[in-house]
Amino acid sequence: MSTFKSHKRSNPSISTASLPDIVFMLLFFFMTVTTISNKTMLVENELPMASSVNQLDKKDRVIEIYVGAPKDDLAKRLGTEPRIQLNDKIAQVGDVGPYVLEELSKKPEAIRNLVTISLKIDKDVKVGVVSDIKEQLQKVNALKVNYTTYQGGDPLP
Amino acid sequence: MRRTRENPEVHAGSMADIAFLLLIFFLVTTTIQTDVGLDRKLPPDVEDHINIHERNILRISLNRNDELMVENEVLTIGQLKLVAMKFLDNGGESVNERYCDYCQGNRNPTSSDNPQEAIISFSSDRSASYGMYVRVQDELAKSYHELRNREAQRLFGQDYVDMEKRYYAPETSDEVKRELKSRIESVREMFPMNISEAELNVSSKNQTP
Repeated sequence: MSTFKSHKRSNPSISTASLPDIVFMLLFFFMTVTTISNKTMLVENELPMASSVNQLDKKDRVIEIYVGAPKDDLAKRLGTEPRIQLNDKIAQVGDVGPYVLEELSKKPEAIRNLVTISLKIDKDVKVGVVSDIKEQLQKVNALKVNYTTYQGGDPLP
Repeated sequence: MRRTRENPEVHAGSMADIAFLLLIFFLVTTTIQTDVGLDRKLPPDVEDHINIHERNILRISLNRNDELMVENEVLTIGQLKLVAMKFLDNGGESVNERYCDYCQGNRNPTSSDNPQEAIISFSSDRSASYGMYVRVQDELAKSYHELRNREAQRLFGQDYVDMEKRYYAPETSDEVKRELKSRIESVREMFPMNISEAELNVSSKNQTP
């Protein structure tokens, strides 16, 4: 009885030796699951919301085209009209076709006809620019497009 | 000079703090990229003319102020899904092999004949906003999904969207995939997604610069 009492009164400290291991595990988990985008965004890219969406294909089967108003620091030179960003450069509508063909030629032949064009377009861009881009894509016969969106319910009108 | 022989112990107490710092740094700097969206197939770049009866076309237009007009009627975005479903599910053809036996619509002879021939024509002003454009596309996709879900439930006892999701999931075995593929295709054939963004009206085509 006395041993039990003395045992209760003693204050055992919790070993924190394994805490670094746990945190490192978390760290590695996050490092592996997040994709770090190595592109510097030159344009605003607030995507629209949609709810009945499809999952995009694997990363190597996707060519991305960004459209949006230039970011604040570039707006002084480029104005506020929506611009197209291909890779790390601001481009014109006419450059879209050659860019897609160039990117396609970099892909292995087996997956070339599976490549999707992901259109990452800011929700404030006018549809005119989008249809110009689609026209360019039709010309180079890249017909699989994906209007990339955020997944979510309907935003309030 | 005499060095101490005893092994100095590395203090591991701050290890957790360092790791937490790294973890928080990674959490803040990484942006999780969105990889979902609406898949569409663009039409090939050829000019061809097909004759479609006017009753088989649902005309949707979006003007520069993001207002929606469906067949000469101004609608809100919330009403669009039901109007599109009603049009697709109409099944107006009453005789011969084009009769749609699974349609549950009104059988209105002035609306679409059957879902295979029903075409939704969506034209948008160049100054309309892309956000609204995507919402219209989303609503149209929803109406197709709902009709396809209904038929998939009736025939196979499961939702079309679930079947698609399972088909694209990597853990599904090949055997199951084959079965799902034939089912998905049969449902798709019942309600094929015909959304046209081409200029269907010849007279308005001449006006555009």
